[in-house]
Amino acid sequence: MSLQGITYLVVGLTFALYIGIALWARAGSTKEFYVAGGGVHPVLNGMATGADWMSAASFISMAGLIANMGYGGSLFLMGWTGGYVLLAMLLAPYLRKFGKFTVPQFVGDRFYSKGASTVAVICLLAASLTYIIGQMTGVGVAFSRFLGVSNTTGIFIGMGIVFMYAVFGGMKGITYTQVAQYCVLILAYTVPAIFISLQLTGNPLPQLGLGSDMVGSDVALLTKLDQVVTELGFAKYTTNTRLSTLNMFVYTVSLMIGTAGLPHVIVRFFTVPKVKDARASAGWALVFIAILYTTAPAVAAMAQMNLLKTITPGIVAGTVDVTASDAQIKYDDRPEWMKRWEVTGLLKFEDKNGDGRIQYYNDKNKDPKFAAAGWEGNELTVNRDIMVLANPEIAMLPNWVIALVAAGGLAAALSTAAGLLLAISSAISHDLLKEKFMPDLSEKGELLAGKIAMACSILVAGYLGLNPPDFAAGTVAIAFGLAASSIFPALMLGIFSRTMNKEGAIAGMLAGLGVTMLYVFAHKGLFFINGTEFLGLFGGKANFFFGIEPNAFGAIGACVNFAVAFAVKRMFPAPPEEIVALVESVRIPRGSKEIGGAH
Amino acid sequence: MQHDSIGYWKATLALIRNVLIVWFVVSYGFGILLAPMLNNISLGGYPLGFWFAQQGSMYVFVALIFYYAKAMGKLDEKFDVHEE
Repeated sequence: MSLQGITYLVVGLTFALYIGIALWARAGSTKEFYVAGGGVHPVLNGMATGADWMSAASFISMAGLIANMGYGGSLFLMGWTGGYVLLAMLLAPYLRKFGKFTVPQFVGDRFYSKGASTVAVICLLAASLTYIIGQMTGVGVAFSRFLGVSNTTGIFIGMGIVFMYAVFGGMKGITYTQVAQYCVLILAYTVPAIFISLQLTGNPLPQLGLGSDMVGSDVALLTKLDQVVTELGFAKYTTNTRLSTLNMFVYTVSLMIGTAGLPHVIVRFFTVPKVKDARASAGWALVFIAILYTTAPAVAAMAQMNLLKTITPGIVAGTVDVTASDAQIKYDDRPEWMKRWEVTGLLKFEDKNGDGRIQYYNDKNKDPKFAAAGWEGNELTVNRDIMVLANPEIAMLPNWVIALVAAGGLAAALSTAAGLLLAISSAISHDLLKEKFMPDLSEKGELLAGKIAMACSILVAGYLGLNPPDFAAGTVAIAFGLAASSIFPALMLGIFSRTMNKEGAIAGMLAGLGVTMLYVFAHKGLFFINGTEFLGLFGGKANFFFGIEPNAFGAIGACVNFAVAFAVKRMFPAPPEEIVALVESVRIPRGSKEIGGAH
Repeated sequence: MQHDSIGYWKATLALIRNVLIVWFVVSYGFGILLAPMLNNISLGGYPLGFWFAQQGSMYVFVALIFYYAKAMGKLDEKFDVHEE
């Protein structure tokens, strides 16, 4: 069977599996439909949380970015796992004890004001919408390759499928569907990684393979990679810091506290049976997430190695000099996978010096050897978001593995996009419309408003996904920054400060979100629309705040949030006594009630 | 009761502080700030700083959460605030 045929078959089978499980579980119990994870074993709940969490950014985009960034890419790995430690200790058990369904509800009750909850809804929408833009970018990559169409067409088709998936699914709420999605996703990620690790290092465990010697030599994989990339003018793979140590530090902080502030992740911990379970289930979730996250750096380094091996086999083998005239392959001899990806427009070749060979190197490096060899610039552009999906093709793995990866990428993108859309729709229809503006809204009207909100979000995200502000993982990082600067500090203050009043919390959220959006929009355009950047207002230099890039600014925004909150707090009366009592009761596990039914 | 809940909260904060110290040292410490220094040591084919950033910190994170969950369970019992 052809590759395309097998891909359709595997993707079709996995979707049939999700839908089958959804129907089966739906018939079983209606409560399970609403209370994800209620009465489910913590291990299964951990898998479901993992599927919820690992999106197109983790699955499709992250390893590709690490392949490009080398050591600097570690910030994604540490940032997106370290946040779970914060979540497990600082937020999950207390929010569970509090016993409400959504983040705006907690903020509204703790800060005894509908205004606070409205501001929380705005923060939630800003973070979730940005997150979906990143997902759409990833969905576009997956569909364009899967269907063999251009990236733009891929995004349009993806928009349609995400919409159907989110609107017709309460599927998202069903834990067992997500367990199945986790299994597909993790198999799709680890199976090719094991194959490739075996090919390159002879060690089946990618986590160990990354630290092993190359097959048939006594040179370590990472040493070899360092050597090849430096010969091509790039920075050393294992020490290439992301911009600066300060930037890398701040970026990691931003992703960690953003993780702990993302509404669709927090919600998972509202619904476990006990406070005790809230603590442990974060641990199980991280176990299942770490399986992918510790494999990712191996996938990254090995994909980069295989890419270089394809283009410049002689250099990797060490048999010829970098600038030897026959060191690179001829464009006409390029492998099939390159041709397949050229169709999507995400891989491009331009023969700048007209020698018919592919020169792939860092043309910003002014080493005279490149010019002396007649190289006139880098000729191969590989969109970083395609690396994971292309990886098994580059390594020439069997067709069923390539098909499996496509299915995994789609599962990752769809499950998270659907989860975010549900969070957006409930925030708009319930927390905003019903609670604030139209208290007599019927249940039917609420549902309709939710669906309209979803459709609008998909249109907006899809439109912006056509000209994304960054690669999928980069855009998602911005979303984390927005959550980090607004929601995380508000929750922390709500739990750990007994005296924080509503004025302080509201001012803090607005200041944190505002300053972060300002910095991001100055770099990436007003509401991410191309051409509306206003860096000129700040001297025209990118990363003007101590060289910190916009994706990392959430940590600074969070500091602003805390500072403003404490400053404003002093000017207004302390919170009423019942609120202080509420905070004290939240801190103690005893007396937690099981949450049941719909909200 | 008042005295007890203050003691419980103090003990909780102390536990959180200790876990956060380890959390900070393995990621920001070994993985970022001290990485250039640690890279002079190798762990198999890994430079050590690079290993902490791309592997080690994550293993420690997992262990930390389970340690915290267990220690909190003990604190709950000790101060008699656990769920029935």
